[in-house]
Amino acid sequence: MQRYYFDHNATTPIADSVLELFSKYLKDCSGNASSIHYHGQQAKMLLEQARRQVAGLLTASPKEIVFTSGGTEADNLAIFGTMRGNTRRHAVTTTIEHPAVLNAFAQLEQEGFAVTYVPCDSQGTVPVHSIAQALRPDTGLVSVMHANNELGTVQDIAAMADVAHQAGALFHSDGVQAAGKIPIDVTASAVSSGAGLGVDLYAISGHKFHAPKGVGALYVRKGVTLQPLLFGGRHEQGRRAGTENVPALAAMGHAAEIAKKANMSSQLRDHLQRQLAVSIPDIRFNAVDAPRIPNTLNVCFEGIEGESMVISLDLKGFSVSSGAACSSGAVEPSHVLLAIGLTRAQAKASIRFSLGPANDMQQVDNLVEAVAASCAQLRRLSPTYA
Amino acid sequence: MPEPLIAVAMSGGVDSSAAAAMMKHRGDNIVGLTMQLWNQRRLPDLATDATNGRCCSIDDVYDARYVAQLLGIPYYVVNLEEQFEQSVVKPFVADYLAGRTPVPCTMCNNFIKFDQFLEMAAGVGADKIATGHYARIQQDENGRYQMLRSVDATKDQTYFLFGLTQDMLARTMFPLGGFNKTEVRQMARDLGLPVADKGDSQEICFVPNGDYAGFIEAYLKETGAPLSGLEGEVVTTDGKVIGEHSGVHHYTVGQRRGLGIAAREPLYVIATEPQSKRVVVGSNQDLLTSQLIARDVNWISIPAITEPRRAQVRIRNRHVPAAATLLPTSEPSRIEVQFDEPQRAVTPGQGAVIYDGELVLAGGWIA
Repeated sequence: MQRYYFDHNATTPIADSVLELFSKYLKDCSGNASSIHYHGQQAKMLLEQARRQVAGLLTASPKEIVFTSGGTEADNLAIFGTMRGNTRRHAVTTTIEHPAVLNAFAQLEQEGFAVTYVPCDSQGTVPVHSIAQALRPDTGLVSVMHANNELGTVQDIAAMADVAHQAGALFHSDGVQAAGKIPIDVTASAVSSGAGLGVDLYAISGHKFHAPKGVGALYVRKGVTLQPLLFGGRHEQGRRAGTENVPALAAMGHAAEIAKKANMSSQLRDHLQRQLAVSIPDIRFNAVDAPRIPNTLNVCFEGIEGESMVISLDLKGFSVSSGAACSSGAVEPSHVLLAIGLTRAQAKASIRFSLGPANDMQQVDNLVEAVAASCAQLRRLSPTYA
Repeated sequence: MPEPLIAVAMSGGVDSSAAAAMMKHRGDNIVGLTMQLWNQRRLPDLATDATNGRCCSIDDVYDARYVAQLLGIPYYVVNLEEQFEQSVVKPFVADYLAGRTPVPCTMCNNFIKFDQFLEMAAGVGADKIATGHYARIQQDENGRYQMLRSVDATKDQTYFLFGLTQDMLARTMFPLGGFNKTEVRQMARDLGLPVADKGDSQEICFVPNGDYAGFIEAYLKETGAPLSGLEGEVVTTDGKVIGEHSGVHHYTVGQRRGLGIAAREPLYVIATEPQSKRVVVGSNQDLLTSQLIARDVNWISIPAITEPRRAQVRIRNRHVPAAATLLPTSEPSRIEVQFDEPQRAVTPGQGAVIYDGELVLAGGWIA
């Protein structure tokens, strides 16, 4: 069976040239980057090259990049690293964050901190003034995701970082879904030109932009102090102990360089949206009037169970996703879709399509045909669709 | 043209795993689906180590997924928790509070496995489902679907399957109905299934340790329902108050233990009366009844009777079907059962399943 992948926000296939380098380094770069001998130096060289490449993707300085095991660790490091031991005991985040952020804040609450969860509007946009209103004199950190994994909506991070800074709080952004999809400049110098974010911390994950799984990075602006999560050797300037996974980090560096040059277009996604609109009645596109990353489309197919649609499409060779998988692998309604005001039924009837460079028009047309057939089949059996 | 797709309900136990393996090996085009029905960690008061090995636990999903992987079949977990709570758990709790002793497995079969699950399977392109139940289906010369007891009398599950309609039966397969459990285990071993020696599931899947009263109280507490005012009197059949109890949901007809009352003769629960909050107790003799009314009767292997008919009637899962005469009433879904010999502890809320030898004629709820 021909397989088609439309779930790039979950993970991306490793790029050919990245894989080539990755296997080469796995084989040839056997040293520990902390060792003083030749093998260690070779590893260290690759590690620092990767750091420059990742810094390049974020328009940061290499010294501001801390390598981690992925997006979740980067988010956790940003949140716990700045809040634990902070005299400011309050933090602000939003209701539509990824669990890597939401559950880190839930843990902070367990540890005695206060956290305010700011809601978004019906387009998945968090109003800047809502962030401003949530700030308190003791707010230590504001954390808002750059792009949402389910909707693709992009927040006005620069403006939010600005209000946070005015209140004396640090600003973290989970950039896992943005990196590799839209240009990123974490510095404040470019804020006035509209390109810069002016954040203090920014988390990314390699496997979302065609690098291997298990590597990510946290941008930590020069001057921001961070408590480590892991204790051990003095790797990563004492911010993240543990022997660096040099081959995978080097591969991520290369992937970052490719991503920096790539200019992702929304053409294919927009084609998908148009074709679905003309092929299937009674559908609604979730949060499409907000600024979005170019590859994501979230659609509610009235009267169906998204879970059944995902299975039906998978059996036809199409990988898409719906909601959030719980520990057993069953699907629960997405907290993000509920946050934009969808009913439980609408949230469960929604499917996320996330495209990547391997997809083309023909694949999208095949997808639309399969979705239309599955949708019709499910609606015939649906007690709620008349 | 590929073989039509069949969805196999896989619980992670030996039976459904063997059913899937058997079908795969004979060349059926199957997809494995596990129903996530209840979050075993939901009621923290009840959490014990035992919850880990129970139905819908992570362990069972792990096993089902592993078997599917070994068989090389597509496999998914589907979430039916909301439907399960609505159609099985809530009525279970309500029945106990109303003085009935429910059969949640039958409710689950009627409203989840052979309804929601069947629909879900159809939605993903599988017109038929298969389960690891011990029962058999055949068609008579008129095309009517009939249900038969499994060849393994000790494992027969037809008592829980009496609600299956003709439409459900037409779309269902029970591949294990012609085997006994020993053969199924051997088959699982021969096919190298990692679950071949896994223990049988016991009692009610969502009630850890079989403590259903504890479950009801934990559930009511979670839903914010008042837990007070359930106490009442224990009375004898002639109305004499001889003690107190903490809620009718602790009792089921025929129960002897747990009354906490010393008496010369052994005392048994004869009835629970939720209105007056009374538990009526009496002697073993008082438990004997010669007749019952079955309501919401589903006619399976034969159409509704219009004349009296001889049959055997089973009034609980472990009961040996007893000879009886069925008497039609003005409604086809309501029949009167006259037993040849009085039966012990005919319990409202349990199923009355009607057999003619191997054949499952019909089934209904004891009124």
